[in-house]
Amino acid sequence: MDWQGQKVAEQLMQIMLLGFAAIAFATGYIMGSFQMMIYIYAGGVVLTTLVTVPNWPFFNRHPLKWLDPSEVEKHPKPQQSVNANSKKKPTKK
Amino acid sequence: MHSFGYRANALLTFAVTILAFMCTLASFSDNFNSPTPTAQVKVLNINWFQKQPNGNDEVSMTLNISADLQTLFTWNTKQVFVFVAAEYETPKNSLNQISLWDGIIPSKEHAKFWIHTSNKYRFIDQGSNLRGKEFNLTMHWHVMPKTGKMFADKIVMPGYRLPEEYR
Repeated sequence: MDWQGQKVAEQLMQIMLLGFAAIAFATGYIMGSFQMMIYIYAGGVVLTTLVTVPNWPFFNRHPLKWLDPSEVEKHPKPQQSVNANSKKKPTKK
Repeated sequence: MHSFGYRANALLTFAVTILAFMCTLASFSDNFNSPTPTAQVKVLNINWFQKQPNGNDEVSMTLNISADLQTLFTWNTKQVFVFVAAEYETPKNSLNQISLWDGIIPSKEHAKFWIHTSNKYRFIDQGSNLRGKEFNLTMHWHVMPKTGKMFADKIVMPGYRLPEEYR
């Protein structure tokens, strides 16, 4: 799952759970059935799990574009060894 | 959210938190219900009335209990426990409560009932104070919700009197 996919998965999970909770509570209250509320919410949790927990291809639409290894030679890391050596020498003296 | 386990854990945690909140709301919704229960108890007969060898008065009576407790039931009610108690005052105790009958009402359909019964539990005084005693019959009930706290109330029915003589 890529970064964008993780964000979508988390938001989707929260919105779906809150939505199912609201539907379940309203239905249960109107029908006067606590059992109905629990069943609807349980169904919603299962559905949300199926949608947001597995690593669906949907969550992998924005893969990270890594730089080509050849770029490393073009942009070498700054050499700090010179600085480090020059600082350490006085302490050793 | 980067792995299967983290997503499953986050979902479960959030789902259970919401469930707790829904249960709280369900319990809170009980406040919108204002019950109007009714109850009548008739003492049909004093079967016998005697002094036990140890000096305590005991009475056996036949009761007709009718009640309509349907309004106590909401969508969040598991069951209702109901009992009828005789309540009276003696010089030693300012309040004596003796449970004469009890029952568990499992659903709204069973909440309107009448029953013809002799006292289920023995009506024995602590001492010999029952002759000519005025007493109340009180119907108490405890509502047990599916979620939330239990609550109780009662209907007091005054004006009952025991006979002056043993029989």
